[in-house]
Amino acid sequence: MAKVGLDGHDRGAKIIARALRDAGMEVIYTGLHQTPEQVVEATIQEDADAIGVSILSGAHMTLLPRIVDLLKENDAEDVLVFCGGTIPKEDIPKLKEAGVGEVFTPGTPTKKAVEYLRRAVPSAS
Amino acid sequence: MASKGKREGREKESASALAEGVVAGDKRSLARAISKIERGDENLPALFSELYPRTGEAITIGFTGPPGVGKSSIIAKLIRLYRDEDKKVGVVSVDPSSPFTKGAILGDRIRLADHFLDKDVFIRSMGSRGHLGGLAAASRLAGMTMEAAGFDVILYETVGVGQGEVEVASAADTVVLCLQPGAGDAVQALKAGVMEVADVFCINKADHPQARGTAAEVRSILEIGHELDPDAPVPPIVLTRGDTGEGVAELEKAIEAHRGHLIETGGMERRRRASLRDFVISWATGRLEKEMEERLRGEDADVMERVYERRLDPIAASGKILRQA
Ligand code: B12
Ligand SMILES: Nc1nc2c(ncn2[C@@H]2O[C@H](COP(=O)(O)OP(=O)(O)OP(=O)(O)O)[C@@H](O)[C@H]2O)c(=O)[nH]1
Ligand SMILES: [Mg+2]
Repeated sequence: MAKVGLDGHDRGAKIIARALRDAGMEVIYTGLHQTPEQVVEATIQEDADAIGVSILSGAHMTLLPRIVDLLKENDAEDVLVFCGGTIPKEDIPKLKEAGVGEVFTPGTPTKKAVEYLRRAVPSAS
Repeated sequence: MASKGKREGREKESASALAEGVVAGDKRSLARAISKIERGDENLPALFSELYPRTGEAITIGFTGPPGVGKSSIIAKLIRLYRDEDKKVGVVSVDPSSPFTKGAILGDRIRLADHFLDKDVFIRSMGSRGHLGGLAAASRLAGMTMEAAGFDVILYETVGVGQGEVEVASAADTVVLCLQPGAGDAVQALKAGVMEVADVFCINKADHPQARGTAAEVRSILEIGHELDPDAPVPPIVLTRGDTGEGVAELEKAIEAHRGHLIETGGMERRRRASLRDFVISWATGRLEKEMEERLRGEDADVMERVYERRLDPIAASGKILRQA
């Protein structure tokens, strides 16, 4: 679970991290203000199955594709990228086009994210 | 999804190819090897037999102490010092898993963010539950895998609450117990287990007005121990600040001094022999436990039913599964 850029809104990230933990998953929380490079390096070292990015700053259109590209550069495009936060409806198809698996906007029940991850990542018990 | 096929292909890669990658210093190989340890993968024995001869040279340090005292913050500052000496540093960070769901939020990385992009620092988080051979064995295997990958210093972090957690730190050459000011009660509570395994005491949050008082309190407890056993050296107490790094150089010196003393007196060899022995026993015990679970499942359901109905006692039932060939 990662927060990238200058965005300090961490409630959503913490709630989702908690929900995934309660669903029996191991969640590594990177903390605030990470660069896409830091997030991808952490993903590789932890051998994570998926990266959940929380963005409420409006910078999703640059940060998310950057993460996807860095994963490719590191031969790690098998890692699922999904995200949530204040993301306008019209950006969602573009993000999916760029390789983001799913987008969860404000008010999504946490259960939805858990169910999605269980479906998309078979090892997430 | 094509990408999924790729991931599965990787899980099947041969142990020797993976070991080769680890030894060559490839990070993805190292990361995947540690995942095999966490899963108790069937290839693990083959993998580890190739890695083990390349371990044993690293400096290993265990950090333990109550939640939130500043272990990760201190580790972050200590990494800086070791990096200045051009040592490659591996970190194994254990956070508690939920006993109910086995899920975990692993947050130690937050404090280590400065080192994420340093290619000579490798950080791995682990949840504390459900490892074959116990937590201490699993985290130790992870640390040894880092040793085989060429890391010079391995730091282990655990919250010093449960017995398993304390064992993680105790497997290291030097054990640092981190405490914080006003932890008087905590010290009393810890005395029974953790106090004895510590080689160096670190009172963190030295900016706190009670820091010196806590150091004095710890010293008096240690002196009682010394009176009871005059041969045991009194561990040093270092005041530190995890936020600014103040005192961390002294902590490094205290760790180095402990190491030097161990090497000089032959204590290092004794310690490593004992800890490897513990490792063998705990791994074997873990295997046995798994085997026993399976045998019990293999017995007809009637066995546990008879135990429940008081027709067969638990000791006799365990004898039944133990004696199976
Ligand atoms: C609370 C809040 C704050 C608090 C933050 C406290 C904190 N530590 O988090 C404070 C007061 C500090 C704050 C400050 C600012 N804020 Co503010 N803030 C909000 C507010 C009202 C609610 C956010 C929140 O916590 N929601 C509750 C959580 C649980 O919801 P959530 O994060 O959306 O998460 C849910 C989903 O999005 C999803 N989700 C989120 N992340 C993830 C990740 C994954 C992997 C998944 C699966 C799902 C998922 O699941 C969650 C559960 O449903 C929003 C408005 C809004 N309605 O969203 C503005 C809002 C986000 N803030 C905004 C702004 C502009 C700011 C400031 C720049 C204001 C200023 N000029 O100073 C500062 C910037 C601070 C900073 N450094 O980033 C704007 C952002 C505009 C944009 N996107 O372009 C918003 C949208 C308000 C607005 N309409 O203008 N803010
Ligand atoms: N005032 C003060 N705060 C500190 C100091 N060192 C660390 N902290 C703060 O203490 C809090 C906990 O620090 P961590 O390094 O995460 O502690 P930890 O022991 O690793 O915590 P867990 O892994 O959760 O058990 C953080 O908010 C740090 O910023 C210090 O010397 N002085
Ligand atoms: Mg910590």
